[in-house]
Amino acid sequence: MLGYRLQKRDEPWSWGAPIIVVGALVLSLGLSALLLELQGKSAVEGLFVLWQGAFGTSWALEDAILKSIPIFLCALGVATAFRMQVWNIGAEGQFALGAIGATWAALSFPDLPGYLLMPLMFLSAAVCGGFWAYIPAILRLKLKVNEIISTLMLNYIAILLLEYLVFGVWKDSKSYGFPVTPEFTGGAVIGQIGDSRLHWGFVVCIGAGLGMWAFMRFTRLGFDIKVAGEGQRVAIYSRLPYGKLTILVMAISGALAGWAGCIETSAVVNRLQPSIMVGYGYTAIVVAWLARLHPLYIAISAYLLAALRIGVENMQLELQIPAAFGSIMEGLILMSVLAGQMLVTYKITRKK
Amino acid sequence: MLESFIVPLLAATVQSGTPILYATLGEILTEKGGVLNLGVEGMMSMAAFVAFAVAYTTGNPWLAFICGGLAGTMMAMLHGFVCITCLGNQVVSGLALTILGVGLCNFLGTPFIGLAAPGFSKFAIPVLSSIPYIGKIFFKQDALVYFCYFIPFIFMIFMNRTSLGIAITAVGEKPGAAAAAGLKSIRLRWMALLGGGFLIGLGGAYLSLAYTHLWANGLAGGRGWIAVALVIFAFWRPGRAVFGAYLFGGVMAFQLRLQAIGTHIPSSLLLMLPYALTILVLIFSAVRGRGGNAPAHLGINIEPEG
Repeated sequence: MLGYRLQKRDEPWSWGAPIIVVGALVLSLGLSALLLELQGKSAVEGLFVLWQGAFGTSWALEDAILKSIPIFLCALGVATAFRMQVWNIGAEGQFALGAIGATWAALSFPDLPGYLLMPLMFLSAAVCGGFWAYIPAILRLKLKVNEIISTLMLNYIAILLLEYLVFGVWKDSKSYGFPVTPEFTGGAVIGQIGDSRLHWGFVVCIGAGLGMWAFMRFTRLGFDIKVAGEGQRVAIYSRLPYGKLTILVMAISGALAGWAGCIETSAVVNRLQPSIMVGYGYTAIVVAWLARLHPLYIAISAYLLAALRIGVENMQLELQIPAAFGSIMEGLILMSVLAGQMLVTYKITRKK
Repeated sequence: MLESFIVPLLAATVQSGTPILYATLGEILTEKGGVLNLGVEGMMSMAAFVAFAVAYTTGNPWLAFICGGLAGTMMAMLHGFVCITCLGNQVVSGLALTILGVGLCNFLGTPFIGLAAPGFSKFAIPVLSSIPYIGKIFFKQDALVYFCYFIPFIFMIFMNRTSLGIAITAVGEKPGAAAAAGLKSIRLRWMALLGGGFLIGLGGAYLSLAYTHLWANGLAGGRGWIAVALVIFAFWRPGRAVFGAYLFGGVMAFQLRLQAIGTHIPSSLLLMLPYALTILVLIFSAVRGRGGNAPAHLGINIEPEG
């Protein structure tokens, strides 16, 4: 068709990956700008406001770091599962369960000192998030239930469960009818680092990132996961416990998203409320794929997409552009990266 | 009880199952050709918006319905460009399509929120509608529901009795062998994908034209994902898709009615029902062990030769 065809390269295009990602970002920015023009808004002004909001002030830069914390943790989690070709689309729900777990600990033991309560909250968040990921893992292993759909459905259920709790049993009696839990106090609040706006969740993030990197790189289990990522058959021929590894990656994945939920409730809003669900779990999929599942690149792309979210918030304020503009850009970025990826292994040649 | 609750409930079941049925059939056609399309939720949302916008500006609901279908086809085209032309990962491309579609319709739809557009209203079919119970349930509906009574049969005949339908099935099973037999694998795959996209789009259009008559964000509300799950439940067969779609229609209608009556069950728990049922349905299909009925090359791209 069209006189062009794909031809396999003799060896993969070594500079391909970064060029494709940059190209995809530029293309998606261009298309989004076009969309603004079609809407009768000035694209130049829109992109300027986007840029100003995302990178224009040091306040914005700090904001982006704060927002990238939950995105990074969720993306680190889904990337671990994607490595094994286990399609965990459920970070959003696992995030909600983590927030619920942490809130349970915070509301049940309000008088515990922070050095006991905080670990308990993180443990509870990891267990709840991990459990939410364990369900689809076990369904896939025992019954071959498609994990893409089960994790997605569990997202919807998790969000409704969260709403059920804050509208019901956990509702603050002094909240004038708003669906929020009582505010966390004392040991249940993750504090700021020194005088900065950053909180200690940032350190948890760095620890988790380094930990996952070291785990995948230096441990036997990490190596096994990479081998099993070549496919179930390869895993079985290599005598790897494919089922146990699947459960492990899903549990890690869920626990990390759970931590994101814990940090968001404890450090950012200091209570549980439905508005914490803003789609970080879905953004995490874009981030993980942009970063080709590597922890360091995940950090970079989490930061970029967090900045994008803040830029879009700025557009919303200044130019009355709906927040959905952000998801359009995320979708476009993901699609263009996917479409571009073939250039690593193929080149386009003219048909003879 | 029968007259005041069950019959209206079943009538509502037929209505709320209809968009799911359109979408499920569309996804079956797509997957028969070997393409896994997880973008259904995004496609339905986008189609619902386009249909609404067309109905609002032109006042012609039929044109709007067709435009909704075409919006589904356009979205499918994007998926096809990424997966068929550029050999991108079908799972991730479908997810991207959903993110994009939901974002796009929420973005473009903002000025339309709260407006009302002409749509399809219910009318009784003479004679048939006077059959006791059955008439009220099946023959006091809108035109798109009546239309939907025929589609599964047409679909079945198309897939099993026409050479095009059989060729599409062959491409989903063994594209290599189909190509060796002289079939144009890539072209057939595109046809299945675009045709399926059109049906999915019609399902989305139903939501804004007949189900609500107004535009709101999140109109698809997970129905696209339910359709994807129903394809597995239906073992890729239209007959079982009908059963599955109306089962879900029933649960959604039931849940809405319970809320309307004002039970003591909190609404968030009732709202969980369709999603929990989706998981149960998948478990059920797994136990029946017909997941192996999937087209053999589902989700696998056709690599170019040489």
